[in-house]
Amino acid sequence: MSDKVKVTIDGITVEVAPGTTILNAARQIGGDIVPPAMCYYSKLEGSGGKCRTCIVKVSKGSEKDPRPMPKLVASCRTTVMDGMEVQNITSPEVIEARSGVVEMLLINHPLDCPVCDQAGECDLQNLGYEHGLQKTRYEFERRTFERIDIGDKIQLHMNRCILCYRCVFTADQITNKRVHGILNRGDHSEISTYIQTAVDNDFSGNVIDVCPVGALTDKTFRFKNRVWFTKPIDAHRDCPTCSGKVTLWYKGEDVLRVTARKDIYGEVEEFICNTCRFDKKKTADWTIEHPTHISDTSVIASNHYDTLKPLPVIQDNARLQEANRVELEKTTKF
Amino acid sequence: MARKLLLEHINVPDIHTFDVYRQKGGYRAVEKALKTLTPDEVVEEVKKSGLRGRGGAGFPTGMKWSFLAKPEGVARYLVCNADESEPGTFKDRYLMTHIPHALIEGMIVSSFALGAHTSYIYVRGEMMPQIRILEKAIAEAKNAGFLGKNILGTGYDLELYVQPGGGAYICGEETALLESLEGKRGNPRIKPPFPAIAGLYGCPTVVNNVESIAATVPIINDGGDEYAKIGIGRSTGTKLISASGNLVRPGVYEIELGLPVEEFIYSDEWCGGIANGKRLKATVAGGSSVPILPANLSLKLANGDPRLMSYESLSEGGFATGSMMGSGGFIAFDEDQCIVRNTWNFSRFYHHESCGQCSPCREGTGWMEKVLHRLEFGHGKMSDIDLLVDVSKKIEGNTICPLGDAAAWPVASAIRHFRDEFEWHVNEPVKSLDTNYGLANYAEPIAKTVSTEN
Repeated sequence: MSDKVKVTIDGITVEVAPGTTILNAARQIGGDIVPPAMCYYSKLEGSGGKCRTCIVKVSKGSEKDPRPMPKLVASCRTTVMDGMEVQNITSPEVIEARSGVVEMLLINHPLDCPVCDQAGECDLQNLGYEHGLQKTRYEFERRTFERIDIGDKIQLHMNRCILCYRCVFTADQITNKRVHGILNRGDHSEISTYIQTAVDNDFSGNVIDVCPVGALTDKTFRFKNRVWFTKPIDAHRDCPTCSGKVTLWYKGEDVLRVTARKDIYGEVEEFICNTCRFDKKKTADWTIEHPTHISDTSVIASNHYDTLKPLPVIQDNARLQEANRVELEKTTKF
Repeated sequence: MARKLLLEHINVPDIHTFDVYRQKGGYRAVEKALKTLTPDEVVEEVKKSGLRGRGGAGFPTGMKWSFLAKPEGVARYLVCNADESEPGTFKDRYLMTHIPHALIEGMIVSSFALGAHTSYIYVRGEMMPQIRILEKAIAEAKNAGFLGKNILGTGYDLELYVQPGGGAYICGEETALLESLEGKRGNPRIKPPFPAIAGLYGCPTVVNNVESIAATVPIINDGGDEYAKIGIGRSTGTKLISASGNLVRPGVYEIELGLPVEEFIYSDEWCGGIANGKRLKATVAGGSSVPILPANLSLKLANGDPRLMSYESLSEGGFATGSMMGSGGFIAFDEDQCIVRNTWNFSRFYHHESCGQCSPCREGTGWMEKVLHRLEFGHGKMSDIDLLVDVSKKIEGNTICPLGDAAAWPVASAIRHFRDEFEWHVNEPVKSLDTNYGLANYAEPIAKTVSTEN
């Protein structure tokens, strides 16, 4: 008897280990059927379920109980059952609900991409492009905050925060003293430190990497350059605190920024320490490996040429071809 | 006179004391359960009774209990949800204030059935008088040997604690309640796992409403079959209803489920009719979170049958016309009441109480409130009405916990049934601003929605 369970997502069947979430099952297939995730972060325990961007429709619960689930579910927190059938991009209901979530997320997130340091690396920017409306229907005053320096290396710009809780989980799980969290409730909620304490410990810089928008930024990099003008290079060093595996972001011969390496879903592979991130900005500090691979879909890929290929998942599936018609047309054009 | 099970002795002087409660037959259920029944037999009686959760969802209590995981060597907990704070719902507070021992007796019986040796009554923080009353009653019960070690010599131990809550509506959601009880921020947990598998401190836990727990006392005293004979269909037993709004006699009433809504409103035994001889305009049957119904649908189903105070009847008629029994917070509006203002008021509450964890609820509740405020205060646009419908759809079903639905339903249903009135607010901003105007005198379109049958 197989110890795997079968799940079908947008018509594509995959066998996964029991306990796998729908999102991670979709990631095993890859391509456009992978739901977006703004708050889920595979390296952070307990994350996910909050932003609701990953919602999908379960049209068949399982082989044993084929009834559909009554509501859309958060794919990052719903585990698969044997025989489950899921609709993501093939469900108009999901697309509409997701566009609703994007609209809500953008209510209190300024579209200041031209000056935001996260531009080019922002999940919300991509999501807004894919699902957003051309103009907002929200006509009321947005909430605004003063920028706060939380420590000498990190700046919090609450205006842009979408309350994904990733930084709170990061501080909770990989640092030894969490001093920041969520204050207030509802749309008055805000990330803050305990009476504006500095966030100061070996791994605090990772909150910058996990932030999906530009709310937490690296003060050593802020406004030094646009990310797509930089050249990312994988490098490593012998670090006593962390793995020392990083990405160096070069402009000419200068290392402008050091970040953890990220996977295709924008999640760090391994968290890095503050020494690697903030204090080692000379090429001599590092053993250079190779240029970082940047996905074709990212704006950062401009000037980092790579052949644009149609996703294999879509190529063999008529339903997915239809659902991805616009994207495929672009591919053909290229 | 209708049969009363929970409020039978409500008028007996000093019924809140242990001695008087005992003289009136109190704690018989504890003696019967602990001395003559096994825990499984108690669960079976509750199943037979057909009791449905009185907190709002109406899930069968016995079935909920049977879901409780029973791993060896792991503690199990019973938590009483006394965080009642929805606008229009105040029946648990009444029960705790006047007959606290009914709840404590129910807690002992229910804890025994579930194999819990430590139980909690989680009371909303603002209810300090009720917290003091319960603490005193627990001390009395303990002195009499009904709590603590080796209760009544049966070998069963139970410690019962009262825990003041965080003072937030969301802490009444069962998983947020557990988070709060554990000393954390009261944010709902993502389910599964359900509390029956991993609840308080990660242990199997049942969370029940005050009224549900108190109802186990007559069920054990008289037997589940006897309890199931009261009521109608799958709505068995009696139900506490907190009636408010423009009624001659608002208050907390115990009814037998199946009572016609019309009788509840107009009979002298219950609410005595609409105050000041006005006509009924609308009702909210189960607390502010359930859909509002216009007068005609409050009293009759879409097919003309009388609407009954029961879980099934109040939700019948399809989503377009139905409402819900909810927690039994019955609110009546007379013909002069402004539905837009009322909807804004409800919306203001849900905006204030959203925990802020998930995006649609955090941002959507505030958005709806602001649009409703604009409509109510004479700055609305016709497109605002459809905008509200659309935003409520974007929230409904897309949130972690039911607060999103609770915020969306009142808005969507008010527009569905009283769209004329929303449009009138746009067309007549000056008149709609003046709250001293009798709306029925000035708004011809509104009069159309008022039932002429009463």
